[in-house]
Amino acid sequence: MSARVTFAVAVRVLTQIRRDRRTLAMLLVLPCVLITLLWWMFLNLPGNSFDRFGPGLLALFPFIVMFLVTSVTTLRERSGGTLERLLSMPMGKLDFLLGYAIAFGLVATVQSVLAVGVSVGLLGLDVQGPTWLLTLVAVVDAILGTALGLFVSAFAATEFQAVQFMPAVVIPQLLLCGLFVPRALLPDVLETISDLLPLSYAVDAMTHLVVSTTTAQVWRDLAVVAAFALAGLALGAATLRRRTA
Amino acid sequence: MMKNAVEISDLVVVRGRTRVLDGLTLGIAGGVTGLLGPSGCGKTTLMRALAGVQRLTSGTVTVFGEEAGSRPLRARVGYVTQAASVYDDLSVTENLTFFAAVLGVGVDEVDRSIAAVDLDAQRDQVVAHLSGGQRSRVSLAVALLTEPDLLVLDEPTVGLDPVLRQDLWALFHRLAESGSAVFVSSHVMDEAERCDRLLLMREGRIIADGTPAEIRERTGATDIEHAFLSVVAAAGAL
Repeated sequence: MSARVTFAVAVRVLTQIRRDRRTLAMLLVLPCVLITLLWWMFLNLPGNSFDRFGPGLLALFPFIVMFLVTSVTTLRERSGGTLERLLSMPMGKLDFLLGYAIAFGLVATVQSVLAVGVSVGLLGLDVQGPTWLLTLVAVVDAILGTALGLFVSAFAATEFQAVQFMPAVVIPQLLLCGLFVPRALLPDVLETISDLLPLSYAVDAMTHLVVSTTTAQVWRDLAVVAAFALAGLALGAATLRRRTA
Repeated sequence: MMKNAVEISDLVVVRGRTRVLDGLTLGIAGGVTGLLGPSGCGKTTLMRALAGVQRLTSGTVTVFGEEAGSRPLRARVGYVTQAASVYDDLSVTENLTFFAAVLGVGVDEVDRSIAAVDLDAQRDQVVAHLSGGQRSRVSLAVALLTEPDLLVLDEPTVGLDPVLRQDLWALFHRLAESGSAVFVSSHVMDEAERCDRLLLMREGRIIADGTPAEIRERTGATDIEHAFLSVVAAAGAL
């Protein structure tokens, strides 16, 4: 592993994103627009429904967006021959993966700061816990998306297939994360499955931060999400082969 | 005599049901070695085996005494694929600066590489906006960043204008003179004459091996294209 190479990969990925203005705008503006749409939907309803759904959405956006962006970009590296070229050079697999994780982690940080800022500052999301921790959960969540995206890109032969992994990997987690039905009220089998899915912990952490000032539970959830992200990166590294048929 | 840069022994590569390489045994020394043969004859697979990115069915490929693709070789072997393996959304300079950082070489090498493939005028252009020939030159420039001991080039001159093709062949010979082993594939027979040693390949086997003059003489042909045809015809008559 080499810090020089990891840094070079991160800078290169960021340069590519910066060059692609439309993607950059979508990455940064879209989550803010969608969270505003959610706030607007609940405007005429009694009670604080936005406070109930908002946190979950703040956990979802970075995860989904980074999953998609990473799986397509990595697939492009695989099919374009640049990954093969890099692996035939003195570059560690971890340099490659961490470079991506750092670059997308930075994008996710900006994205999350904006989305949390809009939610708390403009839309009046009432957060009891520290706001910075809410942002941190979003960033770790984005890195989880990046890690899973890297992993599934190994199983897709085309960008078209890569996009199909989105419903397969993301939607079950979305349905079972407690946003629609509180996890404790799910049928036993589904509750167990929900306990095994990383997004559940990210949403739990966000929801907890909104209603409570205690943070011990949040750190535990965050650790679980981070562990999933690391496992995803390790699995991703296993799919990078220097020799192929 | 100098030890061969590459030693290939009993190399077999099976892909799906096809025996792409069929028990190849071959040594490659310094100088410019050309690999010629029709499309689909196994040239790319052989080159990938030298670069260490091809999964082998059986046999061995050693480069400078080490297993092809092993860690000590990664800084010594340059491999240029047929399709340009560079980032379309980065400029020429950005591409080379990135690969230079991965290879651990300085900015001077970036400038020298860009000049070597004659892309000074396009250096700040995004690769996606370049022509096909210019893109493959960017890809070639990446391999020239380190002056590798073994340079494996898969059809590097396809689609280039004759002047540039001549310049690149001159460059390959300069690299060979400075001590690199250069292994170039082509399906354009008229490029054969520019090689120090020529390997003719067909259906996963080497059917002729020697200097261009030797091969012409042996077959009594006036050019390599006819030499190729007469070797194939002779093999069919056996």
